Amino acid sequence: MAAVALIEAITMALAHELEHDPSVLVLGEDVGINGGVFRATAGLAQRFGDDRVIDTPLDETTIAGLSVGLAAQGMRPVAESQFDGFVYPMLDHLICHAARLRTRTRGRMTCPLVLRVPWGGGIRAPEHHSEANETMFTNVPGLRVVMPSSPHRAYGMLLAAIRDPDPVIFFEPKRIYRQYKEEVADDGEALPLDVCYVLREGRDITLVSWGAQIKETLEAADALAKEGVEAEVIDVATLRPLDFDTIRESVAKTGRCVIVHEAVRSGGFGGEIAARLAEHSMFDLKAPVLRVTGYDTHIPLFRLEMKFLPDLARILDAARRTLAYD
Amino acid sequence: MSVAASFEIPFLRYLEADGRLSGAALPAFARDAQALVEPYKLMTLTRSFDAKAVALQRTGKLGTYASCLGHEASHVGVGMAMRPEDVLALSYREYGAQFARGVQPREVLLYWGGDERGSDFSGPPHDFPFCVPISTQCLHAAGAALAFKLRGEARCALAMCGDGGTSKTDFYAALNSGGAFNLPLVLVVVNNQWAISVPRSAQTGAETLAQKGIAGGLHCVQVDGNDYIAVYDAVSQALQRARDGQGGSVIETITYRLSDHTTADDARRYRDEAEVKDAWQREPLIRLRHHLVGEGVWDEDKEKAWLEECARRVDEEVNAYLAVPPPPVQAMFDHLYADPPPDLLAQRAEAMAREVR
Repeated sequence: MAAVALIEAITMALAHELEHDPSVLVLGEDVGINGGVFRATAGLAQRFGDDRVIDTPLDETTIAGLSVGLAAQGMRPVAESQFDGFVYPMLDHLICHAARLRTRTRGRMTCPLVLRVPWGGGIRAPEHHSEANETMFTNVPGLRVVMPSSPHRAYGMLLAAIRDPDPVIFFEPKRIYRQYKEEVADDGEALPLDVCYVLREGRDITLVSWGAQIKETLEAADALAKEGVEAEVIDVATLRPLDFDTIRESVAKTGRCVIVHEAVRSGGFGGEIAARLAEHSMFDLKAPVLRVTGYDTHIPLFRLEMKFLPDLARILDAARRTLAYD
Repeated sequence: MSVAASFEIPFLRYLEADGRLSGAALPAFARDAQALVEPYKLMTLTRSFDAKAVALQRTGKLGTYASCLGHEASHVGVGMAMRPEDVLALSYREYGAQFARGVQPREVLLYWGGDERGSDFSGPPHDFPFCVPISTQCLHAAGAALAFKLRGEARCALAMCGDGGTSKTDFYAALNSGGAFNLPLVLVVVNNQWAISVPRSAQTGAETLAQKGIAGGLHCVQVDGNDYIAVYDAVSQALQRARDGQGGSVIETITYRLSDHTTADDARRYRDEAEVKDAWQREPLIRLRHHLVGEGVWDEDKEKAWLEECARRVDEEVNAYLAVPPPPVQAMFDHLYADPPPDLLAQRAEAMAREVR
């Protein structure tokens, strides 16, 4: 078993599926001999050939439209959007076709594609390279929307995404691509795409997050522990469909909840979780549900981007405000 | 100055508007006039179907409907030239192509009658359903063609769009992919001169729509889209070339939308009645009928008998469509995911419980 970073786990999962399923193919811009701008597909073209790992013409509409056609005709395309800010030309194909094909044809045709999206800010990248735009996909019936936050989950969830019979938008938190390594067995074991993960148990407050912010959220739990507060930390991991039961059970125990996400607050996915807590958990709550999020602005260029992203101090402030209620 | 590249767009027509031969040597398939009777009958059936569908909409028995009046040669010509294993990716009015591939008129009615089951049709199961977002189907065909090429299958993908559809990003992206990957891809542009209210002249400065394919390295030809023989000939040649790995094509078929855009449109607001009247002089059925009569394989009695048969068949299709009960409320939840999540199932149960009340 090798210790791998999150991005290496992605490469490992891609290689595993290319090896074991001849219908799987990887396509995108610079994913071939160059191995992708983040190196997610490093070595794959050399190992599997350029008819399995395909450099497309430089057009996101092309990548999405070809993927729909490939998936509808029996292939399992794993497409890469080079950066999060480049997905918008793909939306027509993802929303009007990939997400609807099964419904529209009453199951006659399906669209088992995966779109991998390096996601989020914090890497001092140029404009349009740092977007947290997952929420707009969580609003689309027919899609699955997932975001792993560890090498192990990246491997298992990408296997599951590729094997899933429906389209999956697979967000990769690029800020933590190389944050740390952990042992990941290349055993082909997929993880479910409909569960939240309890990363740390606690009885005083529930901290809910996903993607790169899991890092600061776990740090907040450490800091709270030093103050004698036991925080439970949940990695949502799959945003659609949402495993709300895990969150509800946690809040039933703690009575307090802070939701942490990088995307803008208004209309953000934290609002969906808060609304469900209002519907189902009101009498369990001892304090208002709070959100720690990106501001309702565009993510600024990198001199200010770390002030946009939720940090440890903001998470702790919200947690303490919540804990102040008796 | 020297020339870096040059190109020309051939134009193909065998049958003049009055049914006389243009003088071009007929392709082999058309030399036996008897072989043209079946397509003629299908074109006529398609027109009967179309008239009935418009009437159904006018009497509230069908939703908005996109008529195919005047496009019969272009549509049937494409459908007849394709093999069952090929893939058709159409827009939303190419019924003649679908009928040629085994889709039933009752299924087209079911779709426009507001029921998804119309797209679970009895044509080839790999054919795409109607595609309303303009020209996006061109890229799906390119993706299908890429799948065939990667798997080494001798199959082609054919997409159909309109003149307005050639303005879309997706059309250019598809022809670019077709050339870049050398795909077995055929793009048929049914140029009916109008994209709702915007005329062909306002879509592009290009002299022909066919020549757009030159930019992607595809074979390009313009044909008289009201001449069944020309359409079938151009499409079957393009498919053969694609199947042989010799590259994709763009085929522009020149025709005319004799109807409104859809039943929700009134074309009198934006186009001259004289233009429509003139276009009727070139419509596709008359010329093929004159040719068949001249060749001695069709006559007035056969025409009368066939029109009666068309009316009978169309009535049968309409009755079959009208007899389909509406889907149960849970149909909107079913087929959304292969494995529906619990919260969706809860909403499904909620909707069903309201039905019982």
